[in-house]
Parts: sequence; structure tokens; C-alpha cells
Amino acid sequence: MKKFFASRAGIVTAGGVIGAIAAYLVYLGNPPNMGVCVACFTRDTAGALGLHRAGAVQYLRPELIGFVFGSLVSALAFGEFRPRGGSAPVLRFVLGFFAMVGALVFLGCPWRAFSRLAGGDLNAVTGIAGLAVGIALGVWFLKNGYNLGRSTPSRPAAGWVMPVFMLILFVLLVFEVKFTPEGPIFFSSAGPGSMHAPLFVSLGAGLLVGVLAQRTRFCTMGALRDLILMKETHLLSGVLGFIVAAFAVNLLIGKFNVGFAPQPIAHSDHLWNFLGMSLSGLCFALAGGCPGRQFFMSGEGDGDASVFVFGMLIGAAFAHNFNLAGAPDKFDKATQVLTVGGPSVWGQWAVIAGLVLVIAIGLFMREKSR
Amino acid sequence: MASETIDARGLSCPQPVILAKKAISKGDFPIEVMVDSETSKENVSRMATHSGCSVSIEERADTFLLRIDKK
Repeated sequence: MKKFFASRAGIVTAGGVIGAIAAYLVYLGNPPNMGVCVACFTRDTAGALGLHRAGAVQYLRPELIGFVFGSLVSALAFGEFRPRGGSAPVLRFVLGFFAMVGALVFLGCPWRAFSRLAGGDLNAVTGIAGLAVGIALGVWFLKNGYNLGRSTPSRPAAGWVMPVFMLILFVLLVFEVKFTPEGPIFFSSAGPGSMHAPLFVSLGAGLLVGVLAQRTRFCTMGALRDLILMKETHLLSGVLGFIVAAFAVNLLIGKFNVGFAPQPIAHSDHLWNFLGMSLSGLCFALAGGCPGRQFFMSGEGDGDASVFVFGMLIGAAFAHNFNLAGAPDKFDKATQVLTVGGPSVWGQWAVIAGLVLVIAIGLFMREKSR
Repeated sequence: MASETIDARGLSCPQPVILAKKAISKGDFPIEVMVDSETSKENVSRMATHSGCSVSIEERADTFLLRIDKK
């Protein structure tokens, strides 16, 4: 069994199942091309907690809770739960923060970029190109001695932080707790945050994805990084499985629609789609995992990955409080007028500032001796 | 005795692979790589096998010792 998951057949199967789940969750109620988007779901979670007040994107996404618990259960079952941490946590927080800013300018993380591609959204091509450039830059730093230092084993309590946090979110979700009559917890009544599959279906889907991804080390950033770094296609074949399966399910449920605009919850401002994802890709490469993988590693007891996840959560809050996130294209059916969305000028500057800061991290965290 | 021993314990992905790959390209066999996670163990052995080397793995407490040699 262990061998199967580590094999190419294993990663392709896991990627296929995850892709099919992602597309099918849209059929069951999740927002278009957003069956599973780690960045969007983290943003919705930040909104539900009231860390930002963008009313359209507030929901405690059960998929993320499932990710952590699926990974935790799998790691415990296979003796891979290892509490650890201490590898430049504050830098990982910054990387998580800017990974989120970049993703929200594009309107999706790599998971959603591949989902959007499988749904026919051609803006995903620009985004994925940006992602590849960001990762390639990260690979250059890696080749030139960049690393965030060693993590060290810790006591069990350190490894349980994210599972306990997710348990608290789960309780808040199930009981729809209201701390004041208006909230938090906030739940969107309109917009993407109001669109979701039934709670326990989402949770079950998240659990299954968590187990499969923990076993196979499925990573959307690692797929491109390994290809660029050493022409290794193991993880890439998982992502290809994801895209093909999501595409097939999209065809079956009638959710495939080719074009640049209008596409659901997406914009066709190509430059900022590209640059947003470049920033995100660089952050993921420097932190050693895509946003999904950071959640899965958090479930395995990795305190550094947990810090990255908290960075994402706060990054999402800032992105919406400070108007950094991209606005989707708007299409008026009556007048046939398309209004192209994209980030505000604040969002554009945030991406530039993020790139400068993260490149500085890449440069200054190199070991000179190597 | 190994010609080169790499302690890659605690290093995050893909550092262990990069270090092992560098050692393989230098060609000082046999190479020993110490890692402390299943993921790094799988990744380093996959890379070494693809580079045409043989890999034997020994498990010691919390450490995996990978011995990489020319086939």
C-alpha cells in the first residue's frame, strides 16, 4: 500500500480523484471553478472570523478542516506524525502572507488555476505561466544556496496546534455560533461565500483529499519545481491527473466553457494575473510547498507549515481590508458590455512590494559557503 | 565507510534532494544521506534511482540512512 502511493500510478490516481472531487463539488454547490481553492477558502475562513468584512466571501470552509484532519489521521496511521518546527517561522509567515496577496490578485491559488483551466478559463494559462516564472525564480534561489534552515523535532503539543484550531473552527461552523447578533461568525448571504456544497459532503471530500495528499505528497507547486529543477515529472503527473479528471467531470456536468471573458469569479487583466501568480509561485517555492501542501504538512505536525497557513489567513484579511484583491470581470447581458476587472492600484503596489520583499528573502537567506 | 555523508535531517523539501544530487554529480561514491522524514526518503531515493544509482535504506530511531552507490 505504501509503495502504491509512492508510485507514479499512485500519484496519478490521487491527482485524478482530487481533480474529480474538485469539479464535482461545484456541481454540489461550491462556486464556479472553485470546487477546491485553498487560497479562496482561506479567505472565506478569514471573512467568517471577521478578520475582513467583505460580505460576499465569508464561510468556514469545511474542506480545509477536512484537509488537516485527513492528513492528521493518515500521518498517525502510518507513523508519520512528527511534531517539528523552528525553521525561520517569521519568514514563513511573511511568505504565507504574500502568497495570499498574489493569489487573491489572480483570484485563486494553483489549485484553482488548474481547476479554472479544466473549466475552460483561458486566463488560467496566463496565471499558470506566472506561477511557473515565480517557481523558476525560486528554483534559482534554491540552486544558489537558499534555505530557511533546519526544523527540529518538538513535543507533541507543538504538532497539534493546527488540528486543534481546525476543531475549534468545526465547532463554530456546526453550531453557527454568533458572538454578537450580527456576527462573527459571519456567513455570506450572497456571492461566492454563500455558495457551498452540503457541510458534511464538503468535510468528507476534504478528509479524502487530505488522506490522499498526505500519502502521495501531492503538491501543485512541487510539480513545476521538480520539472524545472531536475526534469522530474512524478508530482507533475499528479497535477496532470487532476486537470484531466476535473476536465472530464466538467464536461459531464456541463461546466466547460472556453474563453477569456466573461469567466466566473475571474478577471482578464493579463498582466496582473501573471504577476499575481508569479508572486504566489515564488512564495510557495521558497516555503517548500503549495498552499494545499502547507495544510497537509500542518496536519502532520509541521509547526512551520502551520505558521505559513496563519500567514495566509492574515494575508487574506489584509487583502480584503486594504482593497488589494482583484475584482472579477463584469458582463452586462442586456448591453453586452464587458467591464474588465483586476486589482486596484493598491493591489498592484502590494504585488510589486511583495515581489521586492520576497526576492530579498531569497537573496539574503542564501548560505554563502555553498 | 561512505566517501561523503550528508546530514539532511530537518531540511525542508527539496533541500535533501538538491544536496544528494550535487554529491552524485561529484561522483564520490558511496554517498550516505541522513533524512528524518518519509517524504525526503522517498524523494531522495527516487532521484537517485532515476540517476542510475542503487539505494539501500537503513532505519535508525528517527533517522533514515540512505546509502547511494553506483550500479
